[in-house]
Amino acid sequence: MAHITLTIDNQSVTVPEGTTILDAAATVGITIPAICYHPSLTPPAICRVCTVEVEGQRGLQPACVMPVKADMVVNTTSQRVQTGRRVILELLASTVDLGEAPHIQHYMADVQANPQRFAGGVKREFDVFEDNPFYIRDYSQCVMCWRCIQVCAEDVQHTFALTWGERGIHSHVATFFDEDMPDTTCVFCGNCVGVCPTGALKGLVEWQLERESS
Amino acid sequence: MKADKVVRSTCPYCGVGCQVLLNVRDDTIFRIEAPFDAAPNYGRLCVKGRFGADYVHHADRLQVPLIRKTPPAPGHRTPSRYPDDWREATWAEALDVAATGLGRIRQTYGPDAITANACAKATNEDNYLHQKLMRAVIGTNNVDHCARLCHAGSVTGLQLAIGSSAMSNSIAEMKDLECFVVTGSNTTETHPVISTFLKQAVTRNGAKLIVIDPRHTEMAGFATLWLRQKPGTDVAVLNAMAHVIVKEKLVNDDFIGQRTEGFSDYVESLEDKTPEWAEQISGVPADDIRQAARLYGQAHRAAFYWGMGISQSTHGTDNALSLTNLALMTGHVGKPGTGLNPLRGQNNVQGCSDSGGLPNVYTAYQKVTDPDTRHRFEHYYYSQDASRRLPDTPGLTVTEMVDGILTGQVKGWWVMGENPMMSEPNLRHAQEAIEQLEFFVAQDIFFNETNVYADVLLPAAAFAEKDGTFTNSDRRVQRIRRAVSPTGQARADWEIICDLAKRLEKELGLTTAGWDYRHPSEIWEEMRQLTPDFGGIDYARLEREGGVHWPCPSFDHPGTPYLFEEEFPSGRGKFYTVDYGTDSELPDADYPFILSTGRVLYHWHGGTMTRPSALNAIWPEATVELHPNDAARLGLKTGDWVDLSSRRGTITARLLVTGRSPEGTVFIPFHFAEAAANILTDNRIDQRAKIPDYKVCGVKIERAAEIPLDRAGADIPLEDRGAIKDMVSA
Repeated sequence: MAHITLTIDNQSVTVPEGTTILDAAATVGITIPAICYHPSLTPPAICRVCTVEVEGQRGLQPACVMPVKADMVVNTTSQRVQTGRRVILELLASTVDLGEAPHIQHYMADVQANPQRFAGGVKREFDVFEDNPFYIRDYSQCVMCWRCIQVCAEDVQHTFALTWGERGIHSHVATFFDEDMPDTTCVFCGNCVGVCPTGALKGLVEWQLERESS
Repeated sequence: MKADKVVRSTCPYCGVGCQVLLNVRDDTIFRIEAPFDAAPNYGRLCVKGRFGADYVHHADRLQVPLIRKTPPAPGHRTPSRYPDDWREATWAEALDVAATGLGRIRQTYGPDAITANACAKATNEDNYLHQKLMRAVIGTNNVDHCARLCHAGSVTGLQLAIGSSAMSNSIAEMKDLECFVVTGSNTTETHPVISTFLKQAVTRNGAKLIVIDPRHTEMAGFATLWLRQKPGTDVAVLNAMAHVIVKEKLVNDDFIGQRTEGFSDYVESLEDKTPEWAEQISGVPADDIRQAARLYGQAHRAAFYWGMGISQSTHGTDNALSLTNLALMTGHVGKPGTGLNPLRGQNNVQGCSDSGGLPNVYTAYQKVTDPDTRHRFEHYYYSQDASRRLPDTPGLTVTEMVDGILTGQVKGWWVMGENPMMSEPNLRHAQEAIEQLEFFVAQDIFFNETNVYADVLLPAAAFAEKDGTFTNSDRRVQRIRRAVSPTGQARADWEIICDLAKRLEKELGLTTAGWDYRHPSEIWEEMRQLTPDFGGIDYARLEREGGVHWPCPSFDHPGTPYLFEEEFPSGRGKFYTVDYGTDSELPDADYPFILSTGRVLYHWHGGTMTRPSALNAIWPEATVELHPNDAARLGLKTGDWVDLSSRRGTITARLLVTGRSPEGTVFIPFHFAEAAANILTDNRIDQRAKIPDYKVCGVKIERAAEIPLDRAGADIPLEDRGAIKDMVSA
């Protein structure tokens, strides 16, 4: 396989053709923050927290899906990247409860994001779905990373129980026709729970224990 | 919630052997995750693995040793789970009663009057000591376990043809398949995580899948070809595929010449096995059989995966031999992405067999009839008394044990963890046998339908409460680790066995065979020293590598993900002529439907683990699956209570009308004691494998004479019972 040499944060990196910027950076110990990206899943490039600056490109690029090219010059921490990442995270924090997503809070601290900057707008708030014996869905904590939908589809389970409901600020992960889980194709593998990056999907036992102790 | 500790272990349910991370807080498992970087599951789990281990903390767990207040007399043994019938005892007292009872049987009737069930749910170390106690202390080879009831047909066929019976290739190869056949396996429900890799082979890798199954399984939805044979006619379809492969010159002459024998005789037998002949018998269109043969025969690499539909039959051995013939003539074995792969059922059914839980072999299939092998074990066990000898004739299989009790040969029984009174065929027959027992010791984590007959019931630790190893379906030896304290006074099976063995030796005046182990790693070390195939596996290596595929003869050997690269254990692979014919109980005017039994995703076998779990809420009752055309003819609809009867008994359950099974066939799962499928099944067996036929017997179906209103949930409409629904139309 052909190899490609590029520069990331002033370091020379050589990786096989087809490698993404995010994976190439990891080979030299540079961790690019990401929310929707999961190494076992197809990256949907939705959260844009992994944006990096590629010299010669007009906009910031999602490192999780952008393949490396020869002689590419990438900067993962430039002022422009930090500003972009900060605004993305501030917008996210203004609408979603990130209380159980410590890694996202760390990302925010890293770029000095102010969670109150856009406060006062519409919050994404939903009642908790407690419709099956195994897990709950609390979409007030959902960052809409798409992982659960993908893991339920071709990335793992091929069950296709999940989809996208509503529009705009009200959009959320949903079942078809808003059926309760037992009435869908769901097989309760919980692989969605296993990849959820926040507290939006949680085992019922854990959720009940937390409520008892709080 | 923050965990006090996260403990890596292996799932206690099926043979996939998924790696799990048990998140523990306050000595309670509150979350189960899977490591994304570890074989075989790479972060994936199914509902049982992720949410179904709650049984470990269930209030009904056995807490203390129990002794029946009135010892049951032979012929009058009755079941009881009423506390009044049992007395709580100390461990010392209960073990004394157990040792005295077994010792008395041995002294009165001889060692072969005692039989024992090893346990495919317990660890390798538990099972190794179990067979050691039976062989070295009692002095009998009467050790067997539920593998007899699941893959005996596969094992016997594979042993005859190639001399090895394990799954030949690894789970890791599945996503890269080119062509594969799934037959007699409802993979999405019985091996859910394996099914995700198989589905991805189709959707990501473009693999061609051929499903050969009477049932419209979910896998059929991913198939290029689905051959829907009549239940029990597998041999006809597979023979006709072989016929086409020969006629169309798709055979691998090099492989046949270099690696096999008996091909010319076998080819002659195929002459009249045309696809048209097979269509007459099986109902599968001849052209579909041709296409399937071409897909399998023309592929560079092709693999077979199969389950109980092949094995659990009066001609289970023939079914397995038919698959082996196809693999040998095409050379689809001994390479990645090929092979003969029986998907093993229990988490440790492979390991229980590997550990010697069979009546004819010690660890790793070393034969008890081989004098050199026997002397090696004698030398190890009887170091203090060189005059002692191990028994040299194979013992009874589990299916023979039942008849052995009825003929008076067997008087005493020791059951570790199994539940034959749910899993044996023709349960009334098994019950009549159990009633005759003189003495019965059981160890388990719950009361079940079997151990309620015992004289002594010893509370065992569950998988999360002990250390040890399981060996999964692709021969990968993996650790389980203690994550929480044992419930009540429960103890690990290996600890119970050691104490029982010491008492028995004292009772019988024998020198010790060695029962002082401080940890399961010391038991494994003994197994390793006695078993060349385990020579390169120890706990330190398992700690480093996460798992090792045996055979692994030395520490510098990498393990064996796929078998038979150079040769078969028996040397050359043998072709076996297989003629279609059936000994099964076929439908007739009185019992016009074929009954086929199996599983649903949400339950495990006899239900001991899954009924006391959240899993029971999503699939809370037995359902009788019937084809829409049959239902219309009988004037029945989903939710109607029906009586399902065979010549052996009647059960009552609600109807689920669905196209999953073909017309004329009724399907029921065997998990539900209140409507136990095995009351109906037939106990006639495959003569070579001794496996019963769980997939074909004659039944009739009628509107229920009486609705069992006292049954939990009987007042709730079926459509409101969890996720019970017609999967085919859903």
